[in-house]
Amino acid sequence: MKHIAIGILGVAALGFMASAASAGTLDTVKQKGFIQCGVSTGLAGFSAPDDKGDWKGIDADFCRAVAAAVFGDGSKVKFTPLSAKERFTALQSGEIDILSRNTTWTSNRDSALGLDFVGITYYDGQGFMINAKKLPGVNSALQLSGAAVCVQSGTTTELNLADYFKKNKMEYNPVVFEKLEEVNAAYDAGRCDAYTTDQSGLYGIRLTLSSPADHVVLPEIISKEPLGPAVRQGDDQWAHIARWTYFALLNAEEAGITQANVDEMKTSTDPNIQRLLGTEPDGKYGADLGLSNDFVVNIVKAVGNYGEMFERNVGSGSPLKIARGINALWTKGGLQYGPPIR
Amino acid sequence: MASQEILREEPSRGSFINDPRIRSLFFQTLVVILLFSSIWWIVHNVIENLQRLHIASGFGFLRSRAGFDISDTPIAYTSDSTYFRALVVGLLNTIIVAVVGIVLATIVGFAIGIGRLSQNWLIRKICTVYVEIFRNIPPLLVIFFWYSGVLAVLPPPRESIHLPFGSFLNQRGFYFPRAVWGDGSWLIGVALLLAIAMAWFVAHRARQRQKATGQQFPVFWTSVALIVGLPVLAFLLGGMPLTFDFPKQSTFNLTGGFWVKPEFLSLLLALSFYTAAFIAEIVRAGIRGVNKGQSEAAAALGLRSGPILRLVVIPQAMRIVIPPLTSQYLNLTKNSSLAIAIGYPDLTATAGTVLNQTGQAVEGVFIMMIAYLVLSLVTSFVMNIVNARMALVER
Repeated sequence: MKHIAIGILGVAALGFMASAASAGTLDTVKQKGFIQCGVSTGLAGFSAPDDKGDWKGIDADFCRAVAAAVFGDGSKVKFTPLSAKERFTALQSGEIDILSRNTTWTSNRDSALGLDFVGITYYDGQGFMINAKKLPGVNSALQLSGAAVCVQSGTTTELNLADYFKKNKMEYNPVVFEKLEEVNAAYDAGRCDAYTTDQSGLYGIRLTLSSPADHVVLPEIISKEPLGPAVRQGDDQWAHIARWTYFALLNAEEAGITQANVDEMKTSTDPNIQRLLGTEPDGKYGADLGLSNDFVVNIVKAVGNYGEMFERNVGSGSPLKIARGINALWTKGGLQYGPPIR
Repeated sequence: MASQEILREEPSRGSFINDPRIRSLFFQTLVVILLFSSIWWIVHNVIENLQRLHIASGFGFLRSRAGFDISDTPIAYTSDSTYFRALVVGLLNTIIVAVVGIVLATIVGFAIGIGRLSQNWLIRKICTVYVEIFRNIPPLLVIFFWYSGVLAVLPPPRESIHLPFGSFLNQRGFYFPRAVWGDGSWLIGVALLLAIAMAWFVAHRARQRQKATGQQFPVFWTSVALIVGLPVLAFLLGGMPLTFDFPKQSTFNLTGGFWVKPEFLSLLLALSFYTAAFIAEIVRAGIRGVNKGQSEAAAALGLRSGPILRLVVIPQAMRIVIPPLTSQYLNLTKNSSLAIAIGYPDLTATAGTVLNQTGQAVEGVFIMMIAYLVLSLVTSFVMNIVNARMALVER
């Protein structure tokens, strides 16, 4: 199976890797001319190929933003679809440069897996979806005792599910698959009564079912799922680039810089905007990170600001129609907050 | 002896390099040194790279709480159990599906293999078609065929198909009543053991009598009467201490009774039907491999076709059949790792989950490799014993 193959490749890679310290990821990436980006095998709104084979979604766009920051060109990305099980090994072994795959930031992953989380590009929580037509009268997750629940293996979802049913002294039987498509197919075929994953994911998956209108997402949110990109631990420069790409997206939205007006904004006299866009005389914001001074201009030109990215992929501009909610900027009552550029 | 050695050493006197013994010693030592130093180099590099990449290593994680649930648990397991226990559950699931699969594949395979040699045209052709179909389809597709093609299109739990004896079949699996043994049921077990012992004794005596006098005794039917009759008698004497737990409809699924999940069922059917096609060919080759003169000679001695097959052909065919049969058993066991595609929690699936939840890929893959290696070696060991017992005894 593929994940075993990747596991063995990972082991082999760890075994044969030269033990001398290798070059930083930025240099490697610049040398090969593109960023290898690990994404999901297809989750609408986050990373899924469209009918032309182009990857769409917040997670895919984040990789484009990093490519724009490094190369000035958002198209210099190659995508590697990964299952939940394969993702960390792929990053550890150097097969990908950045993991942008609706991955929950947890203490264990940050400390023991050799990963470094960049930030939280989407605040999510785990929920349940059921077929309301087949199960009339079920309107709370607390009524699910005895249900068969479909879940993807090797996820935090799988762990939260066990905790939630244990805490509420309910029984369930897990139906566990490795790949998202397998879980979707099993749920659609009626193998399980409920489907659990991040709520945003449930809305995306509902669109792919044979009769989306029959399915409802139950109101309970049973966990915190801060989703964000991750890079390999120990390469501070690369981690800073990824992190400040994320902050650039937030700061651009806060400053009102959009894909449409970014060129006009370059003439702005607001010192905040000048520092962000690198138009300030002898500004060093980009250079300090090992990038060009106008890297934020390139990012916004490639993917827009955070708000534009959100609305296009999961918000009002997408079939998912998810409200900004806690993913709004801090100035609008949300949690998204970009540190200042000084 | 001594003169021969002197003769052989003679030509090597010329040069030390040309001495074949020294040369072979040199190359063998070189290979061993190269082998061990490259293993050492790989292990050393893995450890160093893991440390450099800040990845936790070691097997300490096996004692931590697993935190995830498993659908099929042959031994007690909850999310509070350790990762080690989760791996044991996975290993047991692999063993269960492999053992049941091997038994089923052997029965089906022998039936089909003998069927291919049948005098009956229809039986022969049906068996040929079976072999050609299942042998030429990848096992993963056969698994998907059973899982998505057969079991997933069954009705949902509320519209289960009612089968005789309170059994049900729906897309969540196959449910049948579970026997609950009451007080005094130990008597039945004792009766069964006693019956087996008596049947063995009868068979032994019958053999001795046939050797001494040539008279035969209906051993088969006597054994059947003993093995069925004695436990039934005990059951009636013990006051019928048996009740059944019937599956019942509840909110979501059927509860109670014994439940075979569709993941297990489709994996089992796919693996055994797939492997049976190969076993059938092995059996056919084995029977064909016995010289025709053997059965002709037996017929000339006055044996009928049944005893000829049982006493002359099959014992000789088994010598040809068993070694390749072992490979098929090993294949079936290893193919069971395809379970991951349909979510049966076998060793590969469970170890994969553990690997991912802990992030310790090196240790996870190592454990999997060792576990499959041990399983395969044990299978080979058992089959080698069987093979040794079947081998031609030279007198």
